[in-house]
Amino acid sequence: MDENIKREIILDHYQNPRHRGLGEDDTYKKVNSNNESCIDNIDLYVKIENDLIKDIQFNGEACAISTSSTSIMIENLIGKTIAEAKKYINNFENMVNEKEYDENLLQEGIVYQDIYKQNNRKTCATLPYVGIKKILDTYPEEREK
Amino acid sequence: MNREDFPMLLQDIVYFDNGATTLKPKCVIDKTVEYYEKYGANAHRGDYDISYKVDQEYENTRRLVKEYIHAKYLEEIIFTAGSTESLNLIVQGFFANLLDPNDEVLITKSEHASNVLPWFHLANKKGIKVNYIPLDDNHYVTLENVKKMITPNTKVISLAYITNVIGDIRPIKEIAEYAHQHNIFVVVDAAQSIGHIKTDVQDLDVDFLAFSAHKMCGPTGVGVLYGKKELLEHVEPLILGGGMNESFDNEHEVYYKELPARLEAGTPNIAGVIAYGAAIEYLNKIGLDTISEYEKKLRKYLIDKLIDIPFIDLINIESDSGIVTFNITDIFSQDVAYYLNKYNICVRAGSHCAKILKNEVGVTNTLRVSLYFYNTFEEIDMLVELLSDKEKILKEML
Ligand SMILES: Cc1ncc(COP(=O)(O)O)c(C=O)c1O
Repeated sequence: MDENIKREIILDHYQNPRHRGLGEDDTYKKVNSNNESCIDNIDLYVKIENDLIKDIQFNGEACAISTSSTSIMIENLIGKTIAEAKKYINNFENMVNEKEYDENLLQEGIVYQDIYKQNNRKTCATLPYVGIKKILDTYPEEREK
Repeated sequence: MNREDFPMLLQDIVYFDNGATTLKPKCVIDKTVEYYEKYGANAHRGDYDISYKVDQEYENTRRLVKEYIHAKYLEEIIFTAGSTESLNLIVQGFFANLLDPNDEVLITKSEHASNVLPWFHLANKKGIKVNYIPLDDNHYVTLENVKKMITPNTKVISLAYITNVIGDIRPIKEIAEYAHQHNIFVVVDAAQSIGHIKTDVQDLDVDFLAFSAHKMCGPTGVGVLYGKKELLEHVEPLILGGGMNESFDNEHEVYYKELPARLEAGTPNIAGVIAYGAAIEYLNKIGLDTISEYEKKLRKYLIDKLIDIPFIDLINIESDSGIVTFNITDIFSQDVAYYLNKYNICVRAGSHCAKILKNEVGVTNTLRVSLYFYNTFEEIDMLVELLSDKEKILKEML
């Protein structure tokens, strides 16, 4: 993907983040995503029903990379089963950590393809994943089948 | 000024994060090496020449600190690891024993974590109350507001001399005078002021003062706790062991040394303390008044330029220190810091360890430029030019 298009996608998701919100009711589970090395702080509100991610919303203060990455992650995870979501997450993290990954599964997540070149921003791109994994990991393994 | 003294400035960087730590001049680095190469023995221990030399150098720094802050006695200078340790020592070793439940400590919302969390800890453990002196429209502390908050239970006022986000210089002398009329102790966190404005503990009449060497051209890992002698005598040592005891036989027969050794247990940061002496001599040579004046000029130059940029929100237009805090409208501070980093300009983004300040200024994260005497007007021009083009920031920050 062209560098300028990547930048535009990131800026668009930063300036007009999708799925901002606080979760309408208590069917949403809240989880905080932050990391020690930066000042970003994001809360995720996740609604899961019968193995299916029905909705995710987020709120918080974070940099362009973290905010856009959260917005893009949420767009990609809504509608997925937990197993599918874990696969997406794993694939995304492989990309950031310079391991083998499948480009075709990433959708707009591909815009962070080269983020590994900026060490101090890798943690920004993966910030929302810290939180979502905490929630998904509370779901028992056997339900992934 | 004096840029040639700083090896770090041989690199192509613009260093605007002096509030976090200052750069070290060659003489301080050389002094560290001198200790390790020429007389690298322990202090206060040996009976041989180089050990004697260590003692002399180590105690020479104490004398230099005493003169630097105009303390009355050498024993009033306790070496610690830094401001944070000094503040903890005084809160845990003195006030924890002195204060009763419901006694009140006054701080402000612009204090650094190191002057907040030790008090919170006492509040949780002992039931003391931590109250906040309201800040005025400029986020300053005024004597009037201090007076309003004092009750019969107020026992301590603990304030930064200069705060690390707003950069205001507090009227410590007036506050201390009023506080002492009401039998209230005054603790001053001088981390941000010590290398920038003159400190005279006798004139200010503060009871305790904490600061770090690394914010005044000295090494990291060294700091000072100053306390009035008659008060320091009552500080309970929190670290016990070698160097601080006179003799011991069993648990009932332990005799501690006099000040300052009593509060400096264990092998100290000898190289650091010795090199710190070189830092003080260095600053003395330039002159703190010269430094303060130059910083003020730099600050005014920067503010006058930033104020003309419509999308820059200045948090502290007024303030007499070299700290300038701001945001670019609708751009997260850390993104701007990354952008400036691409041009080798070092600024700090975040809450700067003043996490309750957001309730006062309404923003959690900011950019902070903190100036020192080796910064230049040309560096400010570079910064301002980079900040005045918002499209460029948005384009290049990613
Ligand atoms: C106002 C203030 N107090 C305390 C500290 C803590 O200093 P140190 O980390 O050297 O202990 C700092 C350092 O940033 C500070 O700015």
